[in-house]
Amino acid sequence: MLRSHQRLLTASAASLLVLGMAACSGTTKDSATGSAPAASTGASADPNAKLKEGLKIAYLPKQLNNPYSDVEVSGGKVAVGELKGEYKLVGPNDASASSQVSYINTLIQQQQDVIVVAANDPNAVCPSLNQARQAGIKVVSFDSDASKDCRDAFINQATTEGIGKSLVEMASELAGGEGEIAILSATPNATNQNAWIDVMKTELAKPENAKLKLVKTAYGNDDDQKSFQEAQGLLQSYPKLKVIVSPTTVGIAAASRYVSSSNYKGKVAITGLGLPNQMREYVKDGTVKKFALWNPADIGYLAAYTGAALASGQITGQEGEKFTAGKLGDYTIGAAGEIVLGPPTEFTAENIDQFNF
Amino acid sequence: MSELKRRLASWDSIIILLTVVVLVVASLTISNFGTSRNFSFLTLDILPIVLVALPMTFIIVTGEIDLSVASTLGLASSIMGYLWNQGLSIESIIPICVVVGAILGALNGFLVTGLGLPSLAVTIGTLALYRGLAFVVLGDGAVADFPFNYTGWVTGSIGGGAIPNVLILIVALAVIFGVVLHATPFGRSLYAIGANAQAAHFSGIRVARTKFWLYVVSGAVAGLVGVLWTLRYSSARADNGAGLELAVVAAVLLGGVSIFGGKGSLPGVLAGVVLLAALQNALRLQDVSGQALNIVTGVLLVLSVLLPNIASSIRSNWQRRKLRQAAAI
Repeated sequence: MLRSHQRLLTASAASLLVLGMAACSGTTKDSATGSAPAASTGASADPNAKLKEGLKIAYLPKQLNNPYSDVEVSGGKVAVGELKGEYKLVGPNDASASSQVSYINTLIQQQQDVIVVAANDPNAVCPSLNQARQAGIKVVSFDSDASKDCRDAFINQATTEGIGKSLVEMASELAGGEGEIAILSATPNATNQNAWIDVMKTELAKPENAKLKLVKTAYGNDDDQKSFQEAQGLLQSYPKLKVIVSPTTVGIAAASRYVSSSNYKGKVAITGLGLPNQMREYVKDGTVKKFALWNPADIGYLAAYTGAALASGQITGQEGEKFTAGKLGDYTIGAAGEIVLGPPTEFTAENIDQFNF
Repeated sequence: MSELKRRLASWDSIIILLTVVVLVVASLTISNFGTSRNFSFLTLDILPIVLVALPMTFIIVTGEIDLSVASTLGLASSIMGYLWNQGLSIESIIPICVVVGAILGALNGFLVTGLGLPSLAVTIGTLALYRGLAFVVLGDGAVADFPFNYTGWVTGSIGGGAIPNVLILIVALAVIFGVVLHATPFGRSLYAIGANAQAAHFSGIRVARTKFWLYVVSGAVAGLVGVLWTLRYSSARADNGAGLELAVVAAVLLGGVSIFGGKGSLPGVLAGVVLLAALQNALRLQDVSGQALNIVTGVLLVLSVLLPNIASSIRSNWQRRKLRQAAAI
């Protein structure tokens, strides 16, 4: 026993010694060359290549049984059917950073043609994705991008510009082109919301929107109760208010709930970004005429066509290459392999029952 | 004693045999299982579990448990990311992480042996505590820009061939732990402690001190695995390795180590680790869903506890009847 005690002491002393010596020199953040060499694409694109049939296209969302990603991959399944390919859905039960890696490894072993992945951690999946690409598999990321040197293309659901413009268009339409509008946002420092609000302000400064007046931006902190009270406050402070624009799913639902139960119903319009399932009752009872969000099913659909175009050699993921994605039409690859889905989908009383998410 | 030994040996050999059968059947029937690339994937999947399982076996043999290992791993990973961001060299960060692990293990050891608290309660507490500290150190962020010659070494293989680099580490540590447990007086003393701590104490074994150092070693190994984990995924995160403690304890128990202490062998544990990982890998290649994988693992674990118990109760029944017959005559 004494002997092992000494041995352990020696070991810890030795490690401290190593530590002391190593502290003097070595590889640091500044001296490191950084990331792994990326898999080379090499091949050039042939825009006239035919889309191959029988492609094995596998979806790896952040985790299985998440309602939102279920809708995304359902669009992928439809597209793979149209492409006469083999659809596969795999994924971990938890959304932890590393649990996707085993699944990527399995897909490499199964010699899939395309992996469509929503990365839980942009870097943790990187070595495996590059192994996949070295094995000839095309990698398309969606929802949450992997580091850009380990995927061929990324499906971006919407640009900041697209969202901001669409919010102002809806507000202007609902206000009849003139009058007071207010914004009910998430937190004062929410990155996405602030970027959208900046675009909205730029849009509102344009001549065609000169008669629209943004009177206040309120913050509901993405908390249902707080958002509800802020909506109430806005309507009391600005009796002439015509539209509340809420670019957050929590805010729009809370504001709609308040208005639908008050005598402002029918006089003040609510719009913004919302989930059809949360907004259905307010659309049905007339409180909300129109709101928007990207259609998750289209993300999965576009990803399948992108993967097929990559695997068929139509595109290689370089900026400026063009391809056609079935019912969604033509797409051009943007900088860093990004493909933007397009303007958000608008939901109204007519079409809301077609969506379930 | 020889009776006990025989039963022990038999459970070990059942598990080892089962592992070999699974490996052979999977290689023959599942395409893409028996390839060298899959072998390296399998080795990387096994790496954290097998390394943490080595000291865990020692601890469970003495009748204690350490559930804080995965959180120690996460905290080491967080500290690694934090220090890397501070501009320290990776060559000094790695030993620091191992020492941090050892210190965290020492705290466990002190609470269990110094204050005499039950290890289950202590290490459930430090499981939460260390994971919490990991989030304090690194928050929700991730540090990813580790040097490629280190991250590439962990995922790479010797000379680009079929043998993964980390296999050397696994084999070296497994041999050291195996020799210490099965071929030294210190190793035998662990079984004595697990079988009866009081008797061990009266026969001159320093029970508390031995256990204390086991926790230190367990922490140090968890710290090292935190480094390897971070390098493998090139991502230092506070949530790294969450839930790993259950996979480790599962493999150790499946390998025939008794949760009550005093029984078990390292070859059995190694087979348990490989069996679980190979089964999961093979079933996943066959597109079996994650939920079904959990069910298979669960059933195996229940059987691993149930079968030896049934076997021993049958045996003791049979012996009792024999004794009664002898008495009747």
